[in-house]
Amino acid sequence: MRFEIDGRAAYAYTGGKSPQAALTAGRPALVFVHGALHDHSVWILQSRYLAHHGWPVLALDLPGHGRSVGPLLPDIEAMADWMVRAATVAIGSGAAPRIIPVGHSMGSLVALDAAARHPGVVAAACLVATTFPMKVSEALLAAARDDEARALDMINLWSHSRLDHRPGTPGPGFSVFVQNRRLMERQPPGTVLHDFQACNAYAAGLQRADAVKCPVLVVQGARDLMVPPKSARTLLEHLPQSQTVIVPDAGHAVMTESPDRMLEALAGWLGALPAAVTQSQ
Amino acid sequence: MTQRDFYGLDTLALHAGALPDAQTGARATPIYLSTAFVFPDSDRAAALFNMERAGHVYSRISNPTVAVLEERIAALEAGVGAIATASGQAALHLAIATLAGAGSHIVASSSLYGGSHNLLHYTLRRFGIDTTFVDARNPDAWRAALRPNTRLLFGETLGNPGLDVLDIPTVSAIAHEHRVPLLVDSTFTTPWLIRPFEHGADLVYHSATKFLCGHGTVIGGLLVDSGRFDWEASGKFPELTEPYEGFHGMVFAEESTVAPLLLRARREGLRDFGACLSPMNAFQILQGIETLPLRMQRHVDNARRIVQFLASHPMVERVAYPELDSHPDHALAAKLLPRGCGAVFSFDLKGDRAAGRRFVESLTLFSHLANVGDARSLVIHPASTTHFRMDAAALAAAGIGEATLRLSVGLEDPDDLVEDLKRGFRAAQKG
Repeated sequence: MRFEIDGRAAYAYTGGKSPQAALTAGRPALVFVHGALHDHSVWILQSRYLAHHGWPVLALDLPGHGRSVGPLLPDIEAMADWMVRAATVAIGSGAAPRIIPVGHSMGSLVALDAAARHPGVVAAACLVATTFPMKVSEALLAAARDDEARALDMINLWSHSRLDHRPGTPGPGFSVFVQNRRLMERQPPGTVLHDFQACNAYAAGLQRADAVKCPVLVVQGARDLMVPPKSARTLLEHLPQSQTVIVPDAGHAVMTESPDRMLEALAGWLGALPAAVTQSQ
Repeated sequence: MTQRDFYGLDTLALHAGALPDAQTGARATPIYLSTAFVFPDSDRAAALFNMERAGHVYSRISNPTVAVLEERIAALEAGVGAIATASGQAALHLAIATLAGAGSHIVASSSLYGGSHNLLHYTLRRFGIDTTFVDARNPDAWRAALRPNTRLLFGETLGNPGLDVLDIPTVSAIAHEHRVPLLVDSTFTTPWLIRPFEHGADLVYHSATKFLCGHGTVIGGLLVDSGRFDWEASGKFPELTEPYEGFHGMVFAEESTVAPLLLRARREGLRDFGACLSPMNAFQILQGIETLPLRMQRHVDNARRIVQFLASHPMVERVAYPELDSHPDHALAAKLLPRGCGAVFSFDLKGDRAAGRRFVESLTLFSHLANVGDARSLVIHPASTTHFRMDAAALAAAGIGEATLRLSVGLEDPDDLVEDLKRGFRAAQKG
């Protein structure tokens, strides 16, 4: 669906269902947030499935990504605030709806930040391929600055764990690897450096984690080279209520490399959330 | 993406898309000769039908063995995905039928395989899709042929019969100025000789029957999408950017930012036209691709040897091979096809139609048949077979002489192939 925030066009995929209709059942809206250089389409299978299983769904394109026009938002906090506003505007309920952000990589920091600073809005949060601090290597930052194509190659290689996906996204016959490269190419020049700098500069992760009181699911790819699962140890210590699922044979691109495992982790966790979280208050 | 930033082509030819079988540990790709696949429960069934989950339902839409082939060619071409079809012709039809309908227009090179020409010139016209054929070497002709309803530009990497080299950078730029994609038939070249996406093409298809399979055993086709063409920005493809009532109002460009064409082609074209590839054939083509780099090198080496022999033979009028200085696309070939110009080419024998016939009939290693890209060397005399109804003038208009012979050079000892051709020259002379 297309909507406007501050006169700028924005976009959210709704999984082929009306999120407003699903909201009448009282469930919070699942707000999928992509990572650096991505758009909503990385979440296509999980968001479509859950939209057809009773959940209001918004898979957002952050400003300057995909169909949402820029400018790029300056930092993770601004992205978190925009996400909450986008959910409010897209659903058109006037007051902010209750949401469960599901964020990947950079998007996981957005979800974490929103969970801490908008506790009345965020009912629970799912952090995928997350860590803190989310420091980007100097080599990758240098490539992002000086040779964007090289940076995209490096990210693509480090984001995937293998050459074969059974099944991958969106289905048999597609190359998860090349799709990711093309999706990154689609984003405007300068986006890679901007997004990485936003991850790099985010300093409040542990402070925010301490403030998060809602349920948290963490999903990590066992073979993630960008954000190795063990790197999230400190963050997880600050999220004692969190549950962690390690997806075997998945790299950083957990949701596209292992869409079924990602869905099962998320749907299982959602199904086990207490009624106080999943029902309207 | 350059190859060194990922895996090399030789590695991809063996590994892309395949992993040891989860149940048995089988290292080679098993042949999943099953029409349909059991649903573990009703929810999974509904999710598979509604594209909420990835997986297999029915082998007309997807099949595990076929998917390995699709993912392998996608990796080799650096495409976002691929669809395997029953033949190369089916792949061409699938591309066109997904992007064009009654009232649409195509601009195509006039240097095309006869089967492609028939489809465009005769059959698709019956369904309201019109094609203008242009001299592929003339950029102005491509531009002049464009119409507001043009939806596709189309050519072959090495055009038939003179091995015209398609100037992919130039033609793709013309296509993109008009906000339409360029489709390229790369059957003669395979990804080992050229990866058309690196030069600006948007879609590639192969008759996998030829060099990809490589052994003259099965028929198959492959359509690959680069994922670079922006269908939404084009504004000319509502098939991909507007709700499709035939699949629950799905907007394919929203489901996949980079691969909506393949989603629609699978969910509509394979579903409704049904020209899917058999898993048995997919296995044979996979076996061929595993040795593609080795075979193509040998095909090209042997072709060069034969070209050299023919070019200096007193009974040869002309050899149409772009590596020769005399070929009009020599410089372009050096730029786009540095590894070689394949192993299929024509030459003109000095003599008449009967001389051509005697030449072919005397060969023992070259098989006289209508195919190319076999491990064995092949020959055909167009004036007595594919174009036998044409008189000399009509043949000339098609760029074919009465004694033109087309060779597909195989993997035999090149000395033996030269000896075989010498036999042909002796027989031709006897007339």
